[in-house]
Amino acid sequence: MSGASADLVAALAALRAEAEALVGAATERDVLQRLRTEYLGRKAGRVTAILHDLTSLDLEARKVVGQAANKAKAAIEALLDAADAALAARTLSAAADLTMPSRHAFRGALHPVTLVVDEICGIFRDLGFTRVTGPEAETEQYNFTKLNFPPGHPALDLHDTMYLGPGTLLRTHTSPVQVRTLEAYQPPVRVTIPGLCYRRDAWDASHAPVFSQIEGLAVDEGVSFVDLKAAIGYFARRFFAPGVKVRFRPSFFPFTEPSAEVDVECQICHGVGCPVCKGTGWSEIMGAGMVDPAVLEACGVDAERYTGYAFGMGPGRIAMQRYGLSDIRMLYDADVRLHAQFVEGR
Amino acid sequence: MIASLRWLSDLLGTPLEAAAVRDRLAMLCAPVDSMEAIHGGLERVVVGLVLEVAKHPNADRLSLCKVSAGGAVLGVVCGAPNVTAGKRYPFAAVGVTLPNGTKLERRKIRGEYSEGMLCSEKELGLGADSEGILELDTDAAPGTPFLDVLPVADTRFEIDVTPNRPDLLCHVGLARELGAVLGRPVRLAAIPGAAEAPPPRAVRTSGPRGETAGVPVTIEDAEGCPRYAAAVLRGVTVGPSPAWLRDRLAAVGARSINNVVDATNYVLYELNQPLHAFDLAKLAGPAVVVRRARAGETLVTLDGERRALDPAMTVIADAASAQAVAGVMGGVASEVSAATTDLLLECAYFEPRRLRATRRALGMSTEASYRYERGIDPEALPANLERAVALLLAVGGGRLDGVPVDVCPAAIAPRTVALRDERLALVLGIAVPRADAERALTALGCVVLPREGRLTVQVPSWRPDLEREVDLIEEVARIVGYDRFPEEMRPFRPSVVPDEPTELVASRVRGVLTGLGLHEAVTVPLGPRHDERCVPVLNPLSQEEAFLRAALLPGLVRRVEHNWPLSERDVRLFEIGRTFAPGTGALPVEEIHVAGAVTGGRRPRHWSEPAPPDVDVFDAKGLLEAVAEVACRGAALASEGERLVARLPHGTVVGWAGPLEADRPAWAAPLVGFEILLRADPAPPAAVRPRPRSPGVDRDVALVLPEGLTAAEVEAVLRSAAGPLLETLWVFDEYRGAPLAAGQRSVAWRLVFRAPDRTLREAEVDAAFGRAVTEVETRCGVRRREA
Repeated sequence: MSGASADLVAALAALRAEAEALVGAATERDVLQRLRTEYLGRKAGRVTAILHDLTSLDLEARKVVGQAANKAKAAIEALLDAADAALAARTLSAAADLTMPSRHAFRGALHPVTLVVDEICGIFRDLGFTRVTGPEAETEQYNFTKLNFPPGHPALDLHDTMYLGPGTLLRTHTSPVQVRTLEAYQPPVRVTIPGLCYRRDAWDASHAPVFSQIEGLAVDEGVSFVDLKAAIGYFARRFFAPGVKVRFRPSFFPFTEPSAEVDVECQICHGVGCPVCKGTGWSEIMGAGMVDPAVLEACGVDAERYTGYAFGMGPGRIAMQRYGLSDIRMLYDADVRLHAQFVEGR
Repeated sequence: MIASLRWLSDLLGTPLEAAAVRDRLAMLCAPVDSMEAIHGGLERVVVGLVLEVAKHPNADRLSLCKVSAGGAVLGVVCGAPNVTAGKRYPFAAVGVTLPNGTKLERRKIRGEYSEGMLCSEKELGLGADSEGILELDTDAAPGTPFLDVLPVADTRFEIDVTPNRPDLLCHVGLARELGAVLGRPVRLAAIPGAAEAPPPRAVRTSGPRGETAGVPVTIEDAEGCPRYAAAVLRGVTVGPSPAWLRDRLAAVGARSINNVVDATNYVLYELNQPLHAFDLAKLAGPAVVVRRARAGETLVTLDGERRALDPAMTVIADAASAQAVAGVMGGVASEVSAATTDLLLECAYFEPRRLRATRRALGMSTEASYRYERGIDPEALPANLERAVALLLAVGGGRLDGVPVDVCPAAIAPRTVALRDERLALVLGIAVPRADAERALTALGCVVLPREGRLTVQVPSWRPDLEREVDLIEEVARIVGYDRFPEEMRPFRPSVVPDEPTELVASRVRGVLTGLGLHEAVTVPLGPRHDERCVPVLNPLSQEEAFLRAALLPGLVRRVEHNWPLSERDVRLFEIGRTFAPGTGALPVEEIHVAGAVTGGRRPRHWSEPAPPDVDVFDAKGLLEAVAEVACRGAALASEGERLVARLPHGTVVGWAGPLEADRPAWAAPLVGFEILLRADPAPPAAVRPRPRSPGVDRDVALVLPEGLTAAEVEAVLRSAAGPLLETLWVFDEYRGAPLAAGQRSVAWRLVFRAPDRTLREAEVDAAFGRAVTEVETRCGVRRREA
């Protein structure tokens, strides 16, 4: 045996040992497929290459190396086949135990407030409301003045405001978008307005300096308090429960008159009275009212011809009630242990 | 506003039931935030008559008493020094639980059984006195309920009064509302110990000057103080208040100070009239001047603070200096003390806006300023002063000197508002009968004159909120009852306002990202300055939240850092929200962004395979591509160093993806992320490409790329050289290592050739493929690696 053929035979043995180790370690059938190409590939396989190069050897050496190469090739092939069959069998046998966990991708969840906002806007869409938004940085004009907050009125105390500059601020409610919409479109206007609002409230279990709000606005000829009650009643029965009781109580907002707070029957005790509803049997869900004529006039809408209603609610608070979240901070923590529970179809 | 049930009942002359009052007020004008029984738990305490007192055989300080409490005579051990035979005391029999939680049991005290307890004030929760038992000044039969003899049980309401209803900040105002629906008039209760005849009413002056008991009273600042009434009382004895007054104030949670302060507080809570008593002896002159503060003037207020005043503020001054900040707080110099005998009692109306500006400038809020800035009843001053004087004389003695003065330079005209029948029906949606509207408004104190098609309504002076027609419409709706309006769905016209297109885009992006396994987060748009462009908040709550975000990722990274300590390794979050940057105008420029941050494995771990590898920058790139397709169509991605940048066709950078800096524990995987502008897609929906009807032909090529040459550059050459027959191409492998030189890599592409209308011939494909490979070899300096 010449030196060259001895070297080649040794190389073949090394290749075989190497392949043996790699095949043994493989846990996936596609890894085996890759190894098959690497060692036995028709063009560039490392064992195949030695077989291709036999022509450069003398006849004796060609015979020795050729045999060794074919043997190595057969051995590696057998190893690969066996390993492949074993892996296939493992998959099959596991499939027989269908109680084993499924294979799935990561599943993401919408934020609970998004779920609530989309549901609310969806219900009002059925009443002809489109969905609009507006800027979060606003002017005092849009946030207060045009909404009939007289300068220096104590009602401003309820809106502890973060200012950006003289006359500019972070909106304290989504109502400025009512004004922007009425300035841009002549009635009939029916819109829902979701968005973030800002108040200078320190963090605690029920306060955050940022919170989401949804407002609704309907302005047209002949829109009345009866229409407001009908729309809110329809919403409450779809959102909360089909037969839910709803009540309107007098309240005050500078931009509506008559103004009302809307309560639904407490969903915990169903009106009997419990600690959650402070024994009243009702829980407050929104503020509402007839758009104040001063607001319509400020927006360039003829308040003698057109009337309207508006309402506003806090989807964060509704989400907390609905999903039993005890602390508003949970909405902003992005704790994956919480959010994983909102994966749909979980 | 804190109100007492008993006080309201007295004003309406009928016992009211607590829960009914709560529900009534809620449906009428103001919700009751809380309702608390005070001195509850005394229902089973009765009047006990002590028949006999004997010394306890085994204890010096104890007595053995025989007590009649309506039934058999009971033996009671008593430790009070004041127990006297023949007198009546509150008695709690065995089985009764006292307000402090003590449950009385039959037990032996020093060898003698006690069948109950004679109680002190403290044991009944009525006061601090535990020195002796409470002697009852009554001849009620033994066994009579204690609460019948001493009616201290009450219910305290905390009422959430809206800022438009200052009239509800007193018991009379609340009673007026209840009376309007109950059909009962409001009558002030008689003051115990008051003289039969009321004191004389204040006499109104026509000009800004007046006088009472020789004290001149002048209004110089009629804008800040349209009306000022005053009375002088002499020979008053400052001392403790009688029990009835202390009880009443205690019922609304106010502490008793002395008879003068208590009397003014009583009038405040009863009539919404803030009063101020000056020690007349300490007023220079004596004179009262209502004027603007002088520049540089200071005053030490009752809270001991020295206040710097300015001419925007109204003060009450004597002949020399400011003695009170009008309607906010008095000064220490003229404060009533134990030695005071002569009082000047102020009963004024101050202009709400000026007063609000003053108290805000001084950084203070008092019971008085809270009411003045909302607007008290300017017409009630003479009657309120009369009530205050009668009360002070009853509890403090002394006499009224002269006739009180009412300085009111300009008469306050009553306001008249018209209410049209058809407008009432239009706004409320049903025709309210005119008689009902008239009745509702009259019950609230309006004077109503029916005219053709309308009511002419003179509104009461205590309702500053009733100025316009719509204000009256609300009043009618309230009194009729909101619940009386039907929930009737009537036809409506659809909105002319189009949907906000970015809302639709945002919704689709949410679908994409939750589908890719990211949870939606909502973070606070306020934080520390993370970028030079961050817009500051002028009055932040904390330095941690002093700036508006210019990007979403810094906030999201903080949320990932919140999850790591919870031992969560796979954290995948995204957010859609607004960012803020300085604009050219007064307002910042807002953009809607979408950002995502992911760390952990590339897929969830599964039992069938080893732990999947960790995410890297290509995961971020994949997320950015998927999102850009929806959120920012038309944006193209290009690599710039470690990051990948998304640009619009005209070059504006709108997003990026790459590794993220974070405070990462050793066990955590790398954190990568992306952020991109979310915008409405102006392009109309594109028609689909026809599906291929001929087979495609694949060709693979592996090329060795020198250091610095990007796959994108190679691909561009391959694509252009291969010509129109090349349908698509993609990378399917990359290899680094021996036998390639360091820095080199082999990248393998698959090219798919296809003609839409025919089957390609091998020769055509070979020609195009060969052209592409040759071109890339010569132009990019790559060499082909044989597979």
